[in-house]
Amino acid sequence: MENVAERVKKVVVEQLGVNEDEVTNEASFVDDLGADSLDTVELVMALEEEFDCEIPDEEAEKIATVQQAIDYVTAHMPAKDA
Amino acid sequence: MKKRVVITGLGIVSPVGIGIPAAWDAIVQGRSGIGRVTRIDPGPYSSQIAGEVRDFDITQYISGKDAKKMDLFIHYGIVAAMEAIEDAGLKISPDIAERVGVSIGSGIGGLPGIESEHQIVTESGPRRISPFFIPRCIVNMVAGHISIMYGAKGPNIAMATACSTGTHSIGDAARLIEYGDADVMIAGGAEAAISPLGLGGFSAARALSTRNDAPEKASRPWDKDRDGFVLGEGAGVLVLEEYEFARRRGARIYGELAGYGMSSDAYHMTQPAAGGEGAARCMRVALHNAGIAPEQVSYINAHGTSTPLGDRAETEAVHAVFGDHARSLAMSSTKSMTGHLLGAAGGVEAVFTTLALHHGILPPTINLEAADEGCDLDYVPLQARKQTVDVALSNSFGFGGTNSTLVFRRHSD
Repeated sequence: MENVAERVKKVVVEQLGVNEDEVTNEASFVDDLGADSLDTVELVMALEEEFDCEIPDEEAEKIATVQQAIDYVTAHMPAKDA
Repeated sequence: MKKRVVITGLGIVSPVGIGIPAAWDAIVQGRSGIGRVTRIDPGPYSSQIAGEVRDFDITQYISGKDAKKMDLFIHYGIVAAMEAIEDAGLKISPDIAERVGVSIGSGIGGLPGIESEHQIVTESGPRRISPFFIPRCIVNMVAGHISIMYGAKGPNIAMATACSTGTHSIGDAARLIEYGDADVMIAGGAEAAISPLGLGGFSAARALSTRNDAPEKASRPWDKDRDGFVLGEGAGVLVLEEYEFARRRGARIYGELAGYGMSSDAYHMTQPAAGGEGAARCMRVALHNAGIAPEQVSYINAHGTSTPLGDRAETEAVHAVFGDHARSLAMSSTKSMTGHLLGAAGGVEAVFTTLALHHGILPPTINLEAADEGCDLDYVPLQARKQTVDVALSNSFGFGGTNSTLVFRRHSD
C-alpha cells in the first residue's frame, strides 16, 4: 500500500493538474503549484475524502505546503489507515 | 446616426458538427443531428431523443484543470467563441482591450452541475459542496471566462431569456456597438441541458417530440405530423464589429447586422399569443430599427421549433407583417436538423443566417413532407436552395412570451 506522502502527492497532482515532479515536499500550493484560494479549499476536501477524515477550516488554513499536508494527515489519520 | 455593425467571425458547437465547415456542410446537405440520448439513460423519459454534440473533447482546447471548473454549457460556449475570434483574425491587444466586450448568455446555465452537486449535498452534507460549484454553473460564466482568457476588458454581459437568449445576446451586443460602448462584441448563446431535469422537465411540460423510434424524423417544423420539439445543445457565437473598426484592420466581412427588435406577448408562460401577435410586432420593430421595408426581406430563419401551436403562430405572424410578400419570401427552420438549442438557438441560427447571406444558400427544412393546414409558406422543404439573399431575419421566441428578431443584410461598401 502506498504511504501517506505518496497518497497526498497523488491527490495534489490530480486536484491541481500539475506534474508529479513539481510536487516536492517543500512545494507551496499557491506559490509553486499555481493554486488559487478556491483550489486550496477543494484540495483540502479531496484530502479529507482520500484519508476519510475531517479537517476543520481553521486547521485547513494552515496547510499551505505538501509537507504540511503530509504532517497533518499523519497526525490525524484514523488508526485503521495508519 | 447609429454606427454600422458588421459580422466578422463565426463559431459553432452543435449537434450537426463542431466548427463552421462541418456544421454548415451538414445544414446544406440536410443532415439531421438527432439521435437517441446517450448522455443519460433515456429509458424512463417520454422523450428519449435529442441533438447531442458528438466527439467533443474540451481538453483539445483548454487544460483539464480549467475544464473541470466549468459546466458543459461553458465548454461549448468557450469553444464556439474561440473559433469565432480565430475566424475573425482578431488579436485583442492591450490598446483595444477596453473596446472589446462579450455578450454570451444561456437559457438555463449549469443544470447538469446543479443536479450532481445536489446529489452530493443530499448524500454527504454541505461540507462536501465544491468551492467551484457556483462559478461552475452560473449563466454569465462563458462571458466571464472569455474575457479572462483573451483580456477583453469592455462590457461583459449575459442574457437569460429562455429560447430568446442567443438572439437577445447578439442584438444587445450590436446596440452596445451602435451606442459607442464597444467596438467589438463577442456575442451568442450556449446551452447544455440534456440532463435528467432538462429532458424530464421539458417532457413534463409536454413540449418534446416522442417520436423515439425515428429520431432523425422527429423535428419536422410545419409538417402535419409534428409533435413537439427535440432538445438540442451547443453554442453559436458571432464576432460583431463597428464597421469602420473592421475596415481599418482589414477584416473579412460576412454581412451586416442591420437591425434588432424585441417584444413581449404578455399572454402566457409557454404558449404563443393568438395569431403570433407578439412575434409579428417583434419582426415589425426589427425592420423599423433596420430601416428596411418588408418587401426587401427574402429569407427568414424561423424559430420553427416543430410544436403544433408555435409553428402555426409564426406563420400567421409572417402573413401579418409581410402581407402579399409573405408568398414571395422563404422561411426555413434549421431546428429540423439541430433540434432546439434553447438559449443557444439564436446563436447557432445567427451563424446559419449569416452563412445563408454570405454563400447565397437557403438552408432546408428537412422532414417537411406534408405541410399542415395553416402552414402555407415556402419553407424550403427537404433540400437546400441556391438563392441570392439581400436581407434576412432570424427569429427567436422564449418561454415567458419574450420575442427577438435580428435583421441581417448582405454586405456592400
